[in-house]
Amino acid sequence: MGKQILLEHINVPGIHTFDVYRKTGGYASVEKALKTMTPDQVTEEVKESGLRGRGGAGFPAGLKWSFLDRKSDKPRYLVCNADESEPGTFKDRYLMEKIPHLLIEGMITSSYALGARTAYIYIRGEYMYIVRILEKAIEEARAAGFLGNNILGTDYSLELYVHPGAGAYICGEETALLESLEGKRGNPRLKPPFPAIAGLYACPTVVNNVETIASVVSIINISADKYNDVGIGKSTGTKLISASGHINKPGVYEIELGLPVEEFIYSDEYCGGIWKGRTLKAVVAGGSSVPILPASLILKTAKGEPRLMTYESLADGGFVSGTMLGSGGFIVMDETACIVRNLWTYTRFYHHESCGQCSPCREGTGWMEKVLHRIEHGHGHAEDIDLLVDIAKKIEGNTICPLGDAAAWPVASAIRHFRDEFEYHVKYPEKVKNPRHFEIEPMQSSYTLAGTVNA
Amino acid sequence: MAEIKFSDETLALVHRIVKRYPEGKQKSALLPVLHLAQAEFDGWLDVPVMDYVASLLNIKPIEVYEVASFYSMYNLSPVGKCLIEVCQTGPCWLRGSDDIVGHLEKRLGIKNGETTSDGMFTLKTVECLGSCGTAPMLQCGAEYYEDLTPEKIDSLLEKLKTSGERSTYMKSRV
Ligand SMILES: Cc1cc2nc3c(=O)[nH]c(=O)nc-3n(C[C@H](O)[C@H](O)[C@H](O)COP(=O)(O)O)c2cc1C
Ligand code: SF4
Ligand code: FES
Repeated sequence: MGKQILLEHINVPGIHTFDVYRKTGGYASVEKALKTMTPDQVTEEVKESGLRGRGGAGFPAGLKWSFLDRKSDKPRYLVCNADESEPGTFKDRYLMEKIPHLLIEGMITSSYALGARTAYIYIRGEYMYIVRILEKAIEEARAAGFLGNNILGTDYSLELYVHPGAGAYICGEETALLESLEGKRGNPRLKPPFPAIAGLYACPTVVNNVETIASVVSIINISADKYNDVGIGKSTGTKLISASGHINKPGVYEIELGLPVEEFIYSDEYCGGIWKGRTLKAVVAGGSSVPILPASLILKTAKGEPRLMTYESLADGGFVSGTMLGSGGFIVMDETACIVRNLWTYTRFYHHESCGQCSPCREGTGWMEKVLHRIEHGHGHAEDIDLLVDIAKKIEGNTICPLGDAAAWPVASAIRHFRDEFEYHVKYPEKVKNPRHFEIEPMQSSYTLAGTVNA
Repeated sequence: MAEIKFSDETLALVHRIVKRYPEGKQKSALLPVLHLAQAEFDGWLDVPVMDYVASLLNIKPIEVYEVASFYSMYNLSPVGKCLIEVCQTGPCWLRGSDDIVGHLEKRLGIKNGETTSDGMFTLKTVECLGSCGTAPMLQCGAEYYEDLTPEKIDSLLEKLKTSGERSTYMKSRV
């Protein structure tokens, strides 16, 4: 069993209750922080730990905290991003459902560090049953004196609330999330100003992912030094990976950063190999937004080194031959999967979720979806493939928020690594009209086999 | 049409929700209150219902309409008693969500997006619900139904039909 930090006690019966959670050492970080550390010391510890944001972008958490405007006389807020809507990602749900007090504890310790007296957990509306779980946990924590006025007899007070969204992926983008929390449409804001200066109600605000905040608990408990020992290089600590697709054991796994990708896919401790005795074709390693990689490039870098589950190793080779750790949504495809159809579902998703503020994103996602739809359904033209590349290029970098990039990258990378599959669709329209085409008659992609990169 | 008014219990809850936000920021309560409204008024947000929410929160009706039309969980037209939302995004598709939609269409005798003539079921495909590890899946009300098979769907439909209750996201509400 690899190193377990977040999920160490996940299998203890009743761990979702305050009493059991407390017996396993729960809320120790709150006691330690409030009674023996200043808020700045807590922030410094998180900085030292090297913890990087677990929501997708991997921005150093302590650094973000240090940007918070502490001189302003406005109230400061901590907002937890529990919107979790990136296709392939379901780790926050698992954590909140199974061990809700870990998030509550992290929220209290983190809020103390930031000097926030009110904090919100913004959770996607579809997770309404978890709202109930979290609210119950908050009530228990309050009854035990860990929330409310004068926590543990100190002069620190905190109110924590759960706020449900209502179905909008874009509300995971931090400024859209803040708009939504203010009761508006989830339209991302222009930055700057960044939330650290003007966030919720134009007050200094930190937005962090569920897993980031939960990780703060062990950093304070075991110290930044010890946390630093886990993982490799700048990828410190553990990461929750949501594994889905054509594997024997889909689910949420906590891995020590640095685990070889090959071990993650094939070891019985994790994904347990490809289902139905089939072979691996491709992986989307960090949620639907990150570039797809063929089997050859996900297992080894272009230089032939084993690919590791770290921010750096997954990104090795840039977008030519690498990808990103992203949110840790690890989507696996076997030899029968159609790359075009899979991509079409992603593009349909981004089109559906575009907030519509920027023309390149609003129009571009719709256009790409239409083109992909016709290629997949046997009505594509040879020029369509380059047209897709062109549209993706024109979206990338030309929008208010990164959703535009997130829609463009999957398209660009699928064509980069699997162009022959797109060509096949155009060439054999009759064959691809059956949605199960590659299941019936597998197509060996030359790029998959040779591992060549068609940059 | 009957007077549009929350039950006393819901009204008390609305007041508690408003208190979560600073003085003057009661508009922040809009999303949670719209969820309550949809649950209490037949599963969708008719214009008079949205106007009522606007008056409760002391904001303009347009502020409610523009929000209600942005988020996919709010229904702006009537839906069947049980809204069946099947995830169809990549990870679910890889594990057979097409078959699930097909099976539901056959069993219910309707196409995606339609409502059965008895008003019991509406079938809708949706995007990733954060359940990709237990795909294929569907959501009905607050419940997730995971690792679906045709047999599981048949018994679910039977169960929903027998109960005859309206499904709501707020079933396990505060
Ligand atoms: C379109 C879009 C969707 C996002 N969705 C999420 C999400 O669901 N959860 C999340 O934590 N971060 C999401 N993010 C990233 C947030 O903007 C933000 O970077 C993150 O919440 C910061 O937390 P972290 O530093 O702890 O990761 C999204 C970003 C974009 C552009
Ligand atoms: S990039 Fe897309 S989602 Fe982001 S602000 Fe522009 S239109 Fe909205
Ligand atoms: S793709 Fe269906 S739940 Fe994620």
